[in-house]
Amino acid sequence: MNLTLKVWRQKNSSDKGGFVNYNIADISEDMSFLEMLDVLNEELSEKGEDPVHFDHDCREGICGMCSLHINGKPHGPQQTTTCQLHMRSFKDGDTITIEPWRAAAFPVVKDLVVDRGAFDRIIQAGGYVSVNTGGVPDANEIPIPKKIADEAFDAATCIGCGACVAACKNASAMLFTSAKISQLAMLPQGKVERKERAEKMIAQMDEEGFGACTNTGACSIECPKGISLTNIARMNREYFSAIVSSENV
Amino acid sequence: MSWVTKTFSSTLGRKLLMALTGLFLILFLIGHVSGNMLLFKDDGGQAFNEYAKFMTTNPAVKILSYLTYISIIGHVIFAIMLSVRNKKARPVNYAEAKSGTNSSWNSRNMGILGTIVLIFIVVHLQNFWAQMHWGAIPTVTYESGEYKDLYAVVNLAFSNIGLVALYVVAMAFLAFHLNHGFASAFQTLGLNHKKYTPAIQFIGSAFSIIVPAMFASMPIFIYFSSLN
Ligand code: HEM
Ligand code: SF4
Ligand code: FES
Repeated sequence: MNLTLKVWRQKNSSDKGGFVNYNIADISEDMSFLEMLDVLNEELSEKGEDPVHFDHDCREGICGMCSLHINGKPHGPQQTTTCQLHMRSFKDGDTITIEPWRAAAFPVVKDLVVDRGAFDRIIQAGGYVSVNTGGVPDANEIPIPKKIADEAFDAATCIGCGACVAACKNASAMLFTSAKISQLAMLPQGKVERKERAEKMIAQMDEEGFGACTNTGACSIECPKGISLTNIARMNREYFSAIVSSENV
Repeated sequence: MSWVTKTFSSTLGRKLLMALTGLFLILFLIGHVSGNMLLFKDDGGQAFNEYAKFMTTNPAVKILSYLTYISIIGHVIFAIMLSVRNKKARPVNYAEAKSGTNSSWNSRNMGILGTIVLIFIVVHLQNFWAQMHWGAIPTVTYESGEYKDLYAVVNLAFSNIGLVALYVVAMAFLAFHLNHGFASAFQTLGLNHKKYTPAIQFIGSAFSIIVPAMFASMPIFIYFSSLN
């Protein structure tokens, strides 16, 4: 099929940037969206032009790098990652608008590449379990009900892609942060540091300049892993109980 | 910063205050709409005027009314702070955004809906509340004593079709605000569970239609009564 791509081009973080249109021909509907962009970049390189910069790594839906806002939605029309989106979701003759994630906390590095380091700093603030000494305990010594394990695992499937931030009208990182708080708060190993963790991760989330939550639910709908809003409610409970009972005065 | 100032300068602490003040205002709406139903009583306004006097003189009601003023002011101040922050978090908008496919219109426009409700509240206080407190309004005498005739003030006000229209439209905006706000407040408080969240959502939708409709029916009823 033949397509028109309306792509956001921006030289660097201080450049103003703007859209550039490209026509691209003979795209197979079996290609992934990123393969289609590879074809475009090959053509641009052959012409001696600067290829379109975009992030990607695993190309199998697990790393969360492929952050593209396609036709008004994070990761495009399907609830999946951009690398798992296929060209059969589009029609011959379509114009496809491709933009970077838009958030103050995710500055554009170049073209469609944004810096999602803010997520890493939220994790660094408390998204871990401290293991300071001793050997590895036997897994079966810590009984965890299957239901709890499943729920913690569901939260842990968050790949940190940032689609939740991209979709939210407030560029809020609550869904991501709540998934990361939840996956630990539900398990015995994580419970020990839960109060400090909630306080520190939420303080870091605010520090990075993400917005607040208006409970629109856009994040969860656009999340490729279907992370549920119940995680945000859990994070709020964790935080409210931490502020009235933690050791930080 | 102490833990208290830290909490209320955080996004979650501020959201907590939005939710608590919002829920208190919802309780206020229940009280207000129930009392005002006396306007429908066919007694020339006696019950309504007696109720109005009780509401402006009873000390327990005084405390509740101060809580209501504080809730409105707090709700508005934190709404402004959060909205400014949220705007700053997305300095560059998308050229194309299909927000309609992932969220409801009213959930995305709580600030606009709230601002219209705020304008209405100011007009409404000026119409009746300020009159009752400081205005020169006629009095009536029943067996139990002399009363300010707020009923007459209300009847006069709502014989004006323009004001009736304003009230009805304002209630529609309140309905949209509550249609998202009611359930949203419970989610903010961390109350989301498959056992009761469907009930909260159902009650929220019903509340957001029934209560504003009850309010809106009053000016409409009085306007049509005034035609006879
Ligand atoms: C009778 C009057 C009102 C009631 C009952 C009410 C109720 C509520 C409730 C229950 C919420 C949900 C809180 C949450 O998400 O946790 C809310 C949110 C909100 N209200 Fe109101 N409200 C009223 C008036 C106003 C006014 C006058 C404004 C003026 C600016 C306003 C602005 C907002 C905003 C901006 C939000 C969304 C905040 C956010 O989550 O980002 N509201 N309201
Ligand atoms: S919550 Fe979902 S949308 Fe947000 S970062 Fe995790 S996987 Fe991506
Ligand atoms: S490239 Fe890894 S999730 Fe898309």
